[in-house]
Amino acid sequence: MRTYHQLTDPDRSGLLDQIGAQRKRVADRLAGVRRILAVMSGKGGVGKSYVTANLARALARGGSATGVLDADLNGPTMPGLLGVAGARLTANGAQVEPSTGTDGVRCMSMGHLIPDGAPLAFKGPSAESFVWRGAMEAAALREFLGDIAWGELDTLLLDLPPGMQRYIELCDILGKAPAVLTVTIPTPESRDAVRRAMRAAVDHGSDLLGIVENMVGGELKGSAGDDLAAEFGIPVVARIPWHPTPDTWNQLAAQL
Amino acid sequence: MKFLCVECDQQMAFGERTLPGDGTLAATFKCPKCGRVVAMLTNPMETQLVSSLGVEIGGRTVPSQPLETVRKMVATGRDDAFDEGNEPRGHAAGHPTWSADAQERLTRVPNFVRGMVKKIYADYAKERGITEITPAIMDTARAELGLEGM
Repeated sequence: MRTYHQLTDPDRSGLLDQIGAQRKRVADRLAGVRRILAVMSGKGGVGKSYVTANLARALARGGSATGVLDADLNGPTMPGLLGVAGARLTANGAQVEPSTGTDGVRCMSMGHLIPDGAPLAFKGPSAESFVWRGAMEAAALREFLGDIAWGELDTLLLDLPPGMQRYIELCDILGKAPAVLTVTIPTPESRDAVRRAMRAAVDHGSDLLGIVENMVGGELKGSAGDDLAAEFGIPVVARIPWHPTPDTWNQLAAQL
Repeated sequence: MKFLCVECDQQMAFGERTLPGDGTLAATFKCPKCGRVVAMLTNPMETQLVSSLGVEIGGRTVPSQPLETVRKMVATGRDDAFDEGNEPRGHAAGHPTWSADAQERLTRVPNFVRGMVKKIYADYAKERGITEITPAIMDTARAELGLEGM
């Protein structure tokens, strides 16, 4: 009996071609984006979204066209942080317009699509949902990248959830590893978790741009920022106090 | 995925895809030599796995729509998430009109996905020179394009 590659008629479904078309759609859509920067951490609760939103606003105030893709699909916070909670998205032919938040930052988030307080739930069989849910979330991320009219941007910031899954999906969808800005808090526990994520990012080929040490000067003790900077040979680009001012963020933006 | 008629040693040709609406999928394949037809039946989880990749077995029947997978598959979508104000409306703009019955039927589609569904039907009618979309046209389009739940 002949096998798959011995049958010469084309595969009508053309699943690989369809996936190739998806990749091209993303590449075409992002052709006008000069820099993609993933804001990540191996640990939850360190303030990634807060840093991302304020960095984006500072970049935009400095004259850079800036967008934020909220890749935390299950815990989206960016619409609130950028003042566009409840905004409606405009479907416009083959694309959807992002919302425009504070200081002109363009924003796309699952928070625009699901009601406040509602979990992100997908249709489909609940049994064995762990098998397909990850793929569904990856598809959502792909559509956020490929179907949103990002337009010409100097920087597109990607606010990643804790852990590495979304980062790895992002690498697959983009076809290359994005540059990474790492956020940590000072504690040794954060340092150890963030280290793993940074190591994985290096293994995937990401450039590590620097470390933002958040929540500095309070009860959280440690030297995670300096420890990680020394270990990976990159700078601590900002130490964010508990009550940062716009200058704090402007100084961070200036270093990127 | 390819199907081989072992007896004839011939690759079978794709026939049609059917989405019964219960989460399953059926696709038929026919041997070009002996005419034997087989059906591939996938269970809901297998169908879901394919859907979650944003691809369609048997090939795409309509062009990919923006945020298509999200709009089709998110169960908790906000009713007012989309402003469809830029959707083409009315015959005057060179697009088909909607009969009252068709409009009523469209209102039964959840808001979250309605704009996309409306565009798919409108594109279908426009491509075929249909000037008014009726429930019968919607049924035909749904069967031809394999639009589960639309």
